[in-house]
Amino acid sequence: MSSIKIELRQEDINKIKEICTSFGNDPRELINVLHKCQEHFGYLPAEVQEVISDELEVPVAKIYGVVTFYSFFTMTPRGKHPISICMGTACYVRGAETVLEEFRKELGLQVGQTTEDGKFSLSSLRCVGACGLAPVVMIGDKTYGRVAPDDVRNILKEYE
Amino acid sequence: MAKERIQIMVCGGTGCTGDQGEALLDNLKLELEANALENSVNVVKTGCMGLCSMGPNIKILPDNIIYTGVRPDDAREIVSEHIMKGRRIERLLFTDPGSGEKLATEKELSPHRKQLRIALRNCGIIDPESIDDAIAHDAYEALATALTNMKPLDVIKLIKDSGLRGRGGGGFPTGIKWEIAFNNKSDVKYVVCNADEGDPGAFMDRSILEGDPHAVLEAMAICGYAIEAAKGLIYIRAEYPLAVSRLNTAIRQAREYGLLGTNIMGSDFSFDIEIKYGAGAFVCGEETALIHSMEGDRGEPTVKPPFPAVSGFREKPTIVNNVETYACISPIILKGSEWFSSIGTEKSKGTKVFALAGKINNVGLIEVPMGTTLREVINEIGGGIRNGKKFKAAQTGGPSGGCLTEKHLDTPIDFDNLIAAGSMMGSGGLIVMDEDDCMVSVAKFFLEFTVEESCGKCSPCRIGNKRMHELLEHITKGKGVPADLERLKNMCHVIKDTSLCGLGQSSPNPVLSTLENFREEYEAHVTVKKCPAGKCKDLMEYFIIAANCVGCTACARVCPVGAISGERKEPHVINPEICIKCGACMEKCKFDAIIIQ
Repeated sequence: MSSIKIELRQEDINKIKEICTSFGNDPRELINVLHKCQEHFGYLPAEVQEVISDELEVPVAKIYGVVTFYSFFTMTPRGKHPISICMGTACYVRGAETVLEEFRKELGLQVGQTTEDGKFSLSSLRCVGACGLAPVVMIGDKTYGRVAPDDVRNILKEYE
Repeated sequence: MAKERIQIMVCGGTGCTGDQGEALLDNLKLELEANALENSVNVVKTGCMGLCSMGPNIKILPDNIIYTGVRPDDAREIVSEHIMKGRRIERLLFTDPGSGEKLATEKELSPHRKQLRIALRNCGIIDPESIDDAIAHDAYEALATALTNMKPLDVIKLIKDSGLRGRGGGGFPTGIKWEIAFNNKSDVKYVVCNADEGDPGAFMDRSILEGDPHAVLEAMAICGYAIEAAKGLIYIRAEYPLAVSRLNTAIRQAREYGLLGTNIMGSDFSFDIEIKYGAGAFVCGEETALIHSMEGDRGEPTVKPPFPAVSGFREKPTIVNNVETYACISPIILKGSEWFSSIGTEKSKGTKVFALAGKINNVGLIEVPMGTTLREVINEIGGGIRNGKKFKAAQTGGPSGGCLTEKHLDTPIDFDNLIAAGSMMGSGGLIVMDEDDCMVSVAKFFLEFTVEESCGKCSPCRIGNKRMHELLEHITKGKGVPADLERLKNMCHVIKDTSLCGLGQSSPNPVLSTLENFREEYEAHVTVKKCPAGKCKDLMEYFIIAANCVGCTACARVCPVGAISGERKEPHVINPEICIKCGACMEKCKFDAIIIQ
């Protein structure tokens, strides 16, 4: 399922169990459970899904199906500074594609990948609702508006 | 209620907050404290004021002066000049993009003139985190009216008579939906608010939730009373942290005030609301998919009937309405169905909120009566096309909609006219494009979205859209042939006719409408292999105008692949076979001798 093999510590397992219990181990609360787990671990590796499967008594295949269905859930850890380029229509018509291309070149990453040092990850999202600032880039919680390809290098420098 | 004399309303919409709006808010507070004014001037973070491209925006009450493009450093001047001396700060006033005139008050502001705010009535006016402020602006009065003076069927009749149609895209009459749920007797029923706004380039619903959350809670309670449900669910995406936090605050406050919970306002009606989180899937805007997602499953749609109003969440009768639809309910109860149905066109009543964006001067959130023309929206509210370029198309309905062109500029915007024009109302994204936008690429952009968001359950949508995307990719790379256009058109019709849900049935619209309205642009791509808008990189050629070239050799030296040849002081030539279209030569040329064709 996932290329990265991790070993969960007992406290991690307990945390997952605690989250499941807080939703009454109700399989219909699966999405809420996944949200809480991703909040805690930063991503949803196969090993976490397996524990959830035992707790909620839901086949792990179904959990995997749900995790991969929704774009918000991820099975790979995100970078310390997750970069999201808005590819909503407003940003697109104002040149978001060229900005994305520049980030790809500068970081040597494809969308959905994380740098080897775990510092940056690159993703695209659909509309952050700041169309007045288009094109928009988000790094962590910080919003950059009216970004031109030439600004990319300077933006990345802020995180050196 | 605040007893402060002056209020400074700071726009707390996502655009303004993302552009140092928070720092501005902090600085204003610090400046007021420094001048010992913190008790007489109140700083309030409101919802979106709708002037997104000019942000961050603030409004000073009771003067009703709006300042735009306010930087955190401007806080000192605002306090010392406007607040303390009562002098307007001219440079921060809104400049009309047409006349260059400085406009100060909300009424004068050109983007506001054609607008009528029903759903957005309190956005940018109240403090969304204060229930007292909302109540001072009539929140929960409609609920009180319904509970004390009306029977459930009276409420349903009123909504039916008003002619309100669902604002989420489909345009189904809201009152009829409620009636179906009312007639289906069941011990448990659900009222769901669809706040899963997934349309790229649309931010109406989140702005309402961020700016006036009580409007939605109240309307859900009214719906619960009308259909005899006791439970409300708001389905919202986790990616909207501000909206989620304001909703949570609003629900908590409403419970404290006895406006949600058991025996609301002393009546025997009980109703409570819970938030359900989505996780980013466009298809979850479809009501059956949304319900599956709320049940913890993959958000895949199922065949209707049964309609959710008959059998929905946990197989119980369920009403699913969109945020903006709910936001229209209370004013209808308070002002009557006749008032509402007097606004708009024959079959589309009331107003519509649009997120106006793209190549337009005044990007922002607007609300106009149904029947307003595209020309009025673009020129009078939007302040015309940016940089004086020529209007080419307006896209409505997002990935499910189509493009409106110059010939549609004077068509009144309503549900039926948009469908007749090959587009649809959708949730309200309105993206304006100019002469530099390639319509083939735009169609490809939307299909890319659909391909990504297709849930994969039915093959026409899963495979068909992927094949169409491949064809468009081919065409934009100059590998298309004229027969591809017919092939595209056929595929569009097959996908439309055979897909299971609204996403698949409407996904070919961007292609169909651009094929219909911009056929010559597609033809240029497949016959002479040119992109008239100059957007498709693979179809462009760099070219040196011999008359302008002085033979300085700068371009030849910078070319990474040695595609440029020519003697010193003689005009140079680019070999298109070798050129990789990196554009380095054009950047280097000081004589404007290099152009793209």
